[in-house]
Amino acid sequence: MYTWIWRRLPGSLPVKALGALILFLIVCAVLLFVVFPRLEPLLPFTAVTVG
Amino acid sequence: MSIDLEPDQDRQAADVPRRRGDLGRTLVRGVGQTLITFGLICLLFIVYEVWVTDIFAARAQDQLSQQIHQQWSDDPTVAAPTPAPAGAPFTPAAIDVTIGDPFAVLHIPRLAGGAGFSRVVVEGTSQVQLAQGPGHYLGTAMPGQQGNAAFAGHRVGRGSPFLDLDKLRPGDPIVVETGDAWFVYRVLGDPATGDFSTDPSGIPGREIVLPTALSVIAPTPGGPTGGPATGAYLTLTTCHPKFSARQRMVIHARLDGPPLSRASAPNGPAALEG
Repeated sequence: MYTWIWRRLPGSLPVKALGALILFLIVCAVLLFVVFPRLEPLLPFTAVTVG
Repeated sequence: MSIDLEPDQDRQAADVPRRRGDLGRTLVRGVGQTLITFGLICLLFIVYEVWVTDIFAARAQDQLSQQIHQQWSDDPTVAAPTPAPAGAPFTPAAIDVTIGDPFAVLHIPRLAGGAGFSRVVVEGTSQVQLAQGPGHYLGTAMPGQQGNAAFAGHRVGRGSPFLDLDKLRPGDPIVVETGDAWFVYRVLGDPATGDFSTDPSGIPGREIVLPTALSVIAPTPGGPTGGPATGAYLTLTTCHPKFSARQRMVIHARLDGPPLSRASAPNGPAALEG
């Protein structure tokens, strides 16, 4: 999976590395600000109420 | 001719095991990458729970704080209260609030090392409300009323309002600020010895219970759910141990003294200093 992405990235090695970093940050941002907030209510280990 | 054919056959013969080897290796590599990716996502989720939700909650608290102070300065009975006739005890106005709306500010001096721990409290304890700050259990008493004013708050993440609830000692003040009044509650127990279980009512200042222990938010803490109110109590619940939802840590406090009107104490009671 990752070698396929690496091969698809344009440019020489340093450009590819930068592209990989940017892609990684975008994925992190999507996970942190979109996916996890939607996922959270479905998980049981954040309950602090009784009953 | 035989010389031409052999290299082809050799090449074809060599291709087959290479393809099979490639497929196997690609599969194993794929599984390995997927597992590592999944592991990294889990780690990122922990980062989210511990830091990113704090950012959201801090923003929510700022908004709530603006909202509640605007509400209080707009409300004529709060901004310019009619002075009580001389000698008459001050009776705070009844609080009527819809789910999701802020209605009070909780101050717990012990939890902020003197810096002034304060959180705006909203009505309701669903995930949506608790993500913004401590929430007030529906159906429990309002601050200052007879009964048990119960609040839930997150231990870790979402601003971690009740992270250090275990630092509360008997006698510590918990101050609730409403539109027109200040209420000072004190954690049950003996301040001299630090023993939580010495209150004559039998209610402990701090206890660890199962999530199903509904009696801790009953009108009399520990009593029957629909039972009578035998005093003015305040209860705080959060999860325990810190990163688990296996149990609940519960703090019980009792109202200490009559309500203080905002008019007579605009900066709050002396107990706010801890």
